Amino acid sequence: MSELGNRALTRRRVLITGAAAGAALCSPAIVRAADNDIRIGFPVPLTGPYGTEAQDQVRCAQLAVDQFNAAGGLGGRKAVLLSRDDKLKPGEAATRAIELIEKDHADVIVGSLSASVQLAVNNVCKQRRVLYNSISQSDQITAMPDWSPYTFHEALTPHVTAGAVGRYAFPRFGKRVAFLSADYAYGHEMVAGFRAVGAPLGIDVVADISVPLGTTDFSTVLPRIAAAKPDILCICNFGRDQHVSIKQATDFGIKRTSRIVVPVLLYTARVAGGATAFDGVIGGTSYYWGIEKTVPSAKAFNDRYRAANGGRVPSDYGALGYGGVYAVLKAMKEAGTTATDKVIATLQDLHYDAYKGPQFYRPCDHQSVQSVFIIESKSKDMADQYDVFNVLATDPPNVDALMSCKAEGHA
Amino acid sequence: MAGLTPDLLAMQVFAGLALGAVYVLMALGMSLLFGMLTVVNFAHGAFYMLGAYGAVALLGYGGNFWVCLFFIPLAVGLVGMAVERVLIRPLYGRGIDYPLLLTFGLAYVIVELVRIGFGTEDLPFDTPAALTGAVNIGIGYFPLYRLFVIAVTGVVLVGLWLFLERTSYGLIIRAGARDPQIVRILGIDVGRVWLVVFGIGTGLAALAGLLAAPLQGASPDMGDSILAIAFVVTVVGGMGSLLGAVLAGLLVGVVVSLTSLVAPEAAQVAVFVLMAVVLLVRPQGFFGRAGLMS
Repeated sequence: MSELGNRALTRRRVLITGAAAGAALCSPAIVRAADNDIRIGFPVPLTGPYGTEAQDQVRCAQLAVDQFNAAGGLGGRKAVLLSRDDKLKPGEAATRAIELIEKDHADVIVGSLSASVQLAVNNVCKQRRVLYNSISQSDQITAMPDWSPYTFHEALTPHVTAGAVGRYAFPRFGKRVAFLSADYAYGHEMVAGFRAVGAPLGIDVVADISVPLGTTDFSTVLPRIAAAKPDILCICNFGRDQHVSIKQATDFGIKRTSRIVVPVLLYTARVAGGATAFDGVIGGTSYYWGIEKTVPSAKAFNDRYRAANGGRVPSDYGALGYGGVYAVLKAMKEAGTTATDKVIATLQDLHYDAYKGPQFYRPCDHQSVQSVFIIESKSKDMADQYDVFNVLATDPPNVDALMSCKAEGHA
Repeated sequence: MAGLTPDLLAMQVFAGLALGAVYVLMALGMSLLFGMLTVVNFAHGAFYMLGAYGAVALLGYGGNFWVCLFFIPLAVGLVGMAVERVLIRPLYGRGIDYPLLLTFGLAYVIVELVRIGFGTEDLPFDTPAALTGAVNIGIGYFPLYRLFVIAVTGVVLVGLWLFLERTSYGLIIRAGARDPQIVRILGIDVGRVWLVVFGIGTGLAALAGLLAAPLQGASPDMGDSILAIAFVVTVVGGMGSLLGAVLAGLLVGVVVSLTSLVAPEAAQVAVFVLMAVVLLVRPQGFFGRAGLMS
């Protein structure tokens, strides 16, 4: 009996010790800030279909923080990046944002990587009067009723991106257009953007298909698209969905008759999808590292990234993470404080060149006015593994390309 | 919007069957484990993912796709056998929920280990050069590689059927599934049989993952969505029935495909609607034995 008792006790002790050791090993390396630090909450979808892009956003945001700290911070106050996984779910993102604000006392929130998730984060920040700089595309966030004076939008909007790509592609490749989009805000807003710019150009929409976010097999919708014989197949999705759908469309021989066009051609998706699948695909982007030949701030940013990441180059959405944090920290430094109202006032008037040439926030909706690049994926004449796109055209920063303040519901 | 031609409809059904082929491979392994060992394997999606990453690793060491096709299911099958021997075996004879919970946790461990080893980013996976491009199959162009996947699934099905029905080892496996007590009394090491069955089941999952990699690349969570579908297929076909897994796998593929034609947004939901209807009409699935879960 006593032997049995001893054994049970030993076993229990072993289990407890094991569990404790396991917990210690597995406890995630979550950064917590010291009292005096400037805390930047950074919720992004580190796992899931947009994980690759989100990881790069963290790497780039960290660069902006390191650069700020190396330059002395805010009168000696250092910045820390508190990155959290929002798992690409609005509810999860809202919870993380609330924790960041209430438990970690974040001074500002930057981040999120989905049109719908950023609205949830925006809502949390709006209610708690915390500055939020969003780094992924959305039309809704800059419009009423979602927008608030605490909302800034560093990324491009679908209206601007689809507008630039549509103006480039429709006159060149033909009028018969098929849409394949992810069935959520991003896909819908991009399709709306293409339709808006396409209508005066006389496009004929021959198919408009949306499939759920995170779809991994497009073989059941591609035959129908092939049968519609479009001149242009416009694929409006993001992250893993983008490289999977382009690869499968290529496998189905869509390129035989159609040109594949995407609103945002992702560097990360191109790397994951491969040169052959992406060959000839055209799209827009807010950033491609190759502009460093003509843009000095891009060169400086790329070099900083290369030094920290073994010679690799930053991605487009990664760069947005840099830009979003950079602008906020720059505004804090110029304002000389982290007080939200002062930072907002400074940010509103800020003209900055973080990494891609001149940018500024439009006063009425805090949308970052910036250049858009039209790029094409190549499979030949590549100087190295990072040389994946040709820049075909550059739209300089232009307020007129944005949806008007009035159309967004601003007074 | 393009009209619905007979060719398009035929193409749609064919695309559904091709899609179903991968579901069949997944559900076969899962049904095998349940039918023979009464193990509901929640780690099946993780083994599927291991198939893709095993190939990524082997390709990195200079292997080619055909070498992977042979070695990876074998290697992952061995991993599966180790899991059976060390983790699953102590749980036989306890309730059905013990191995279920264990494999549920195991899936997290495997996925995290792969994240640590390979990173969280999606990895590219090229279609083997000989199988790229689309061929005209009479009703339209279809990717050559997907035809290859159908062929491999067919070969695996025939091979598995011959193994289980025509070999003495298969006879032992079938007997062991029906009455392990008697088989043990007859002097056969049932433990070893179960070990082999677990290896085959996980090997099939790895093969499915490996075959899926050229279609969608490799990512640590690639097993999540297919696991859900594999469960639906297994349940619709009847838990433990191999024939059921095959027919249900193809049926689910066709249902997804035809739903995509009219309402692509609802294609995934349609799968679960199908399951609900089947469970209402026939709770044990197409070919399942009633009461096996209790």
